[in-house]
Amino acid sequence: MADSYSIPELETKANSIRQDIIRMLEHAGSGHSAGPLGLADIFTALYFSILKHDPRNPDWDQRDILVLSNGHTVPVRYAAMAHAGYFDRKELMTLRQLGSRLQGHPERTKLPGIEHTSGPLGCGLSQACGMALAMRMNKQFHRWVYVVMGDGELDEGNIWEAAMLAGKEKLNNVIGIIDRNNIQIDGPTEHVMPLEDLRGKWESFGWHVIDIDGNDIEAVIDACAMARAIVEKPIMIIAHTIPGKGVDFMEYDFHWHGAPPNHEQAKIALKELRTLQGKIRSEHE
Amino acid sequence: MSDTHLNDYLKKDVASEPIRKGFGRGLLEAGKKNEHVVAACADLTDSTQMSLFKDAFPERFVEIGVAEQNLVTVGSGLAAMGKIPFVSSYAAFSPGRNWEQIRTTICLNDQPVKIVGSHAGVSVGPDGATHQMLEDIALMRVLPNMVVIAPGDSVEAEKATLLLAADKRPAYLRLAREATPIITTTRTPFQIGKAYVYARGADVTIVATGTMTYQALLAADKLFKDGIDAEVIHCPTIKPLDAKTILESVKKTRAVVTVEEAQINGGLGGAIAELLAEEMPAPLRRIGIKDRFGESGKPEELLKHFGLTYHHIMLAAHEVADKKK
Ligand SMILES: [Mg+2]
Repeated sequence: MADSYSIPELETKANSIRQDIIRMLEHAGSGHSAGPLGLADIFTALYFSILKHDPRNPDWDQRDILVLSNGHTVPVRYAAMAHAGYFDRKELMTLRQLGSRLQGHPERTKLPGIEHTSGPLGCGLSQACGMALAMRMNKQFHRWVYVVMGDGELDEGNIWEAAMLAGKEKLNNVIGIIDRNNIQIDGPTEHVMPLEDLRGKWESFGWHVIDIDGNDIEAVIDACAMARAIVEKPIMIIAHTIPGKGVDFMEYDFHWHGAPPNHEQAKIALKELRTLQGKIRSEHE
Repeated sequence: MSDTHLNDYLKKDVASEPIRKGFGRGLLEAGKKNEHVVAACADLTDSTQMSLFKDAFPERFVEIGVAEQNLVTVGSGLAAMGKIPFVSSYAAFSPGRNWEQIRTTICLNDQPVKIVGSHAGVSVGPDGATHQMLEDIALMRVLPNMVVIAPGDSVEAEKATLLLAADKRPAYLRLAREATPIITTTRTPFQIGKAYVYARGADVTIVATGTMTYQALLAADKLFKDGIDAEVIHCPTIKPLDAKTILESVKKTRAVVTVEEAQINGGLGGAIAELLAEEMPAPLRRIGIKDRFGESGKPEELLKHFGLTYHHIMLAAHEVADKKK
C-alpha cells in the first residue's frame, strides 16, 4: 500500500468498520455478529497496512492473497474492502439480498477481490497451501498468502491435513492468523472441543507460532512483519480477540456468534461504538 | 463405421491395457505442452499412473499423503493461482470422501481442478466393496459446473486427459484398474461433451460408457445374428450429456439399453432415463449395479456376477425390442 496510516488513524478506521458491520447485519436481518466485530482490528491492519494490494486492480499479479477460511465472518471483509476502495460503501447494505455481490458467505465469482469461495469450515488453510506452492513454482518469492481462520473451525480434520503439508513443505510464504476468541456456536471452544495446548499443537506440526493481542492493531502489524522475516517455517499467529469487541452486550457472549442485532440493539451498539463504550461522554444523539 | 476409425475389436487377440495407463501418458504429454499443468496425489502415485509426470516434473508435483480432503482443496488453491491441477487417488476416496470440498472449493468456486479417480467399478476385484467405487458418477454428475468423463479405453483416456488440460472447467475423470480391450485408435474422434455412434443399427440403441463400451459392441455383433440390428453409442462424457446424438438415435430405434460399471441410480442410466422421460419416452433397460455394493472376487467373475457382460446386454436388448412391438 502506498498510503501509510498512524495507529490512531487505523483505530478510527476499525471503529467505522465496526459501525458498518452493525448497520449491515441489522439491515440484513441475519448473519454473524461476534466474529466480524472481534476481527475488525485484524482486517483494518491487513487492508490498510499489511497487504500488498490494489483496490482498483484486484487481480494485480503481484498482490498478496488474503484467504478467509471462516467465511461466515465476511461482513468484516466486505466492510474493510469498501473502506479500502474496492467498491462503494453504499453497496454494503445489499448484504445477503437477492442479486447482491455480497453473498452471505463470500463467493469468488461474484465479487472481485474475493480470492475464493468459503463458508463450509476447514478448507482455507489447504487452499492457502496450494496458492503458496504455486507461488513457489512460479518463483514469486515476494508474495505472501495470509489466511484468517476461526478457532472453532480447528475442529475440522482438513485443517490438520493442511498443517502437516505446510510443515513438510516449509511453506514460509503462508501466514496463518487464528481468531482465538474462545467461542463457537455451541459454546466455549474448551467445552465444545478443547483446542489447548493450541500453541504446542502448531509447533509440533512444524510451525513457528506467535501469540498476540488480536485487538491491538500495532501488535497485528508487528507480528505479520516478523512472520515475513521468518524463512524456515510456516507461521501461525494466534490472535487472542474479544468476540463482539466494541459492543458491551455482545462481548464474550457466544450467543452473538450467529445472531444479528435487531433495530434497538443496533442503535445501542452504534452509540457504544461512537462513544467508545461510554468513554466519550458528550455525544449528540 | 469408417469415420470412427475403430480398432478391429472383434478379433480374438485384441490388445488391452488399463485405462489409467492412458491417463499417465496423457498427463505427461499435457505437462510437456503447458508448464502450468501440475499434479498432486494422495499416496497412490504409481497406482494412478501419476508417476510418469512426477518423474518428469518433480517440481510441479505435490505428494499430499493419505489426505483426500487436503488433496482437492490444495488443488483448488493451485488453480486459484493459474495452475491446471490434476489430483488423483482411488475413486472410492476421491471423490468418495471429499465431496463437500469439491462442491464448495472447486465447483462453486469455479476452479479448473481435474479430479482423477482410479480403480472405479467392481473390476477392481479382490479388494472388495470398500474399494469398488460405484457411486462416483452420481456424486459428480449432480454438481453444477462439473464435467464427468469415463473413457472407454486407454487410448481415449490419453486424449481426454490432454483435452481436459486445455479446458477451463472443473472435471472428474473416471479410470479403471484392470486391462480393458483397446477399441479406439489415435484417429478415433474424441471431444468433451460428445457421444459417438460406434455401430449403426435401427432396432435398439445401446448407450455405454467407460469399460462397458467394449461389451456393448460385442453384444451388438451377436444381436445381429439374432435378427436385432443394434446401434451402439459410446458416451464417454456423462456430463454435459450429448442429448442430440442420443435422441437422434432413439427417434429411429425407440428402444434403449444403458450400460455402465457403476450404480444405475444417478449414473449414466439415471442420466439417460431423465433425458428420455422428458424428451422421448421409450422402453428402457439399465445395465449396471442395482442399488447394492460390490464384493471380493476375480474381475471376470464379478462382471458376470453383477450382470455386466455382453450376454446380459443382449438379454436386455431383446427385452426392450419386444416391448415396443
Ligand atoms: Mg471462535
